[in-house]
Amino acid sequence: MTIPVRRFDAVIVGGGGAGLRAALQLSESGLKTAVLSKVFPTRSHTVAAQGGISASLGNVQEDRWEWHMFDTVKGSDWLGDQDAIEFMCRKAPEAVIELEHFGMPFDRLENGKIYQRPFGGHTQNEGEAPVQRACAAADRTGHAMLHTLYQRNVRANTQFFIEWMALDLIRDEDGDVVGVTALEMETGEVYNFHAKGVLFATGGAGRIYAASTNAFINTGDGLGMSVRAGIPLEDMEFWQFHPTGVAGAGVLITEGVRGEGGILLNANGERFMERYAPNLKDLAPRDFVARSMEQEVLEGRGCGPNKDHVLLKLDHLGPDIIKQRLPGIREIAIKFAGVDPIKEPIPVIPTCHYMMGGIPTNYRGEVVIPKGDNPEARVNGFYAAGECACASVHGANRLGTNSLLDLVVFGKSAGDSMVEFIKNEMPTWKPLPANAGQISLDRIARLDNQTGGEEVADVRAAMQRTVQARAAVFRNSENLALGVKEIQEVAERVKRTQIKDKSKVFNTARVEALELENLIEVAVATLISADARKESRGAHAHADFQQRDDEVWMKHTLYYGEDRRLTYKPVHTKPLSVEYIAPKVRTF
Amino acid sequence: MTDFDPIELKRIRWRSRRGLLELDLVLERFLANGFEQLTTAELFAYQKCLDLGDNDFLDYVNGKAEVDDPELAHIIGILRAA
Ligand SMILES: Cc1cc2nc3c(=O)[nH]c(=O)nc-3n(C[C@H](O)[C@H](O)[C@H](O)COP(=O)(O)OP(=O)(O)OC[C@H]3O[C@@H](n4cnc5c(N)ncnc54)[C@H](O)[C@@H]3O)c2cc1C
Repeated sequence: MTIPVRRFDAVIVGGGGAGLRAALQLSESGLKTAVLSKVFPTRSHTVAAQGGISASLGNVQEDRWEWHMFDTVKGSDWLGDQDAIEFMCRKAPEAVIELEHFGMPFDRLENGKIYQRPFGGHTQNEGEAPVQRACAAADRTGHAMLHTLYQRNVRANTQFFIEWMALDLIRDEDGDVVGVTALEMETGEVYNFHAKGVLFATGGAGRIYAASTNAFINTGDGLGMSVRAGIPLEDMEFWQFHPTGVAGAGVLITEGVRGEGGILLNANGERFMERYAPNLKDLAPRDFVARSMEQEVLEGRGCGPNKDHVLLKLDHLGPDIIKQRLPGIREIAIKFAGVDPIKEPIPVIPTCHYMMGGIPTNYRGEVVIPKGDNPEARVNGFYAAGECACASVHGANRLGTNSLLDLVVFGKSAGDSMVEFIKNEMPTWKPLPANAGQISLDRIARLDNQTGGEEVADVRAAMQRTVQARAAVFRNSENLALGVKEIQEVAERVKRTQIKDKSKVFNTARVEALELENLIEVAVATLISADARKESRGAHAHADFQQRDDEVWMKHTLYYGEDRRLTYKPVHTKPLSVEYIAPKVRTF
Repeated sequence: MTDFDPIELKRIRWRSRRGLLELDLVLERFLANGFEQLTTAELFAYQKCLDLGDNDFLDYVNGKAEVDDPELAHIIGILRAA
């Protein structure tokens, strides 16, 4: 069967902040650019970001990019690449001012400059005092960013393919990327997009966990496509958790609730944080609270019929404080936990929030993989940016507000690299291989012809339970080893999923089955990478190896899907212009 | 159910996937329970909701913002109860 072909200079998969910023760079340089997105671009998950975007503008207090860089390196627990971190922090002020010029409605100071608010982990002079570095557009920063960039792209003639799902990467016999295969949801037809350069900006994959703050579209498609095309994934053991997501729903309950005096209780009604953190108690750092909560659950003191969560109690604050100082929390608790916090505690559980790992890139947004003795050889024609990419600026742990920054800085940088590559090295298209797109057709045919298979929802739930139980915030050798075994069993079940609806047009069941094939690649990568790392660093807290071990483990993990093997590559310790920031113990 | 174009109904189901988890959860519940009973007029109104920005949509559903548009008020009431 021949697959219809559409041809562009550049194809971007993903219309969130990263994809839109990259596309703008390409369209404005005059290249014919397509953006594919599963959903309308302004409904990408970037819309969920409220907190803000960091930049050392120094509008409220003295600030310098060097301080921002230090905080980011320290936040990453020395797994971030210091050249990429310097690049991002130096470019931050320019990137934010550019968004302002594009018309993004930032909150302002009386003098007209952009207002900046404080955010955890951002400090002056290497930890001396907190600094106000986060720029926000009310509580709709992500939304404002998406709208601003989308409008700009429309003006620059970017061509949008909305409700198109990319299925597989097309590499030729040299290993170069020459396009991507995609499904038009409206017709159910599969097309090959033939391109001189392809950029993935497909966002996160938080849906591998049972408890996740991520919207349902965050299924790690870019990572799944990469693995199937032989591209390794970097640092997949590192996932950031928020301690208080509503059990069973994932919706975030802000830290402010504990700030106002809310406390955590176990099944015995004990305020257990007093035992783990006698001084700070319920206000200890995020990761510490999350680990203590999970310890209670693991030791059988969890609440509810499955003993799988703890309780956040705030009724003792009284209805007035709850209504006045914690607006919206009552509505969220009633709607998503089914409890009125004025009378009853809210069931909460540590909840997956952000993926630090991803498709390996350098700070130019070029995808780089080991080849011979070069640990970072460029894959011609392939780029990635945003949460799906690992540049790596967040290392083992991301600082709040650094992700939106990552989207625009590396979106633009990747766009620039693509323009350069396409204009200088690609006078014309490399031919598509004869079997281009066949793997996608085979995947769809397998689904359509499967008999006696398993329900997608059941297998997805099994995957989520396994990842949640074995690779959440509390990790140990025994649990991880079990997880590696169990997740590979789930992966076998994914090969036999079945759908009842075989129609072509807007077949959501088919899309979800295809998404599960991406999620499972991410889940297996996570468990295998986590099981191998015998230390604790950032978000990877290992009960049997509680210290960070720079001697052995200051290195990036690379996971290959075809034989589920790991290799490692060095962390970049050379910044672009400043001195190396040497490892220290991370204390706060 | 109504004589609404079946393809349109499938499109609506896909468009009920949003950028905010809170909306995904409410709409998932609604699609499983209530959606099938909508009248044609309600379906048109729901379609209009899907064109809202995610934050505005959620503010309506959570009751954080008042719904001025009379066409939407009724369907948002149904979603609030979902
Ligand atoms: C609740 C919440 C609050 C947050 N708050 C902040 C904050 O205040 N500050 C901050 O810096 N970070 C924050 N983050 C993190 C940040 O929002 C995300 O990391 C970031 O928005 C990801 O952007 P992206 O462009 O990489 O991907 P996304 O915005 O997720 O976009 C992905 C795009 O890829 C498309 N796509 C995916 N797969 C395919 C496919 N197969 N085919 C076609 N298209 C596809 C989607 O349709 C979408 O357009 C928050 C995260 C959450 C969950």
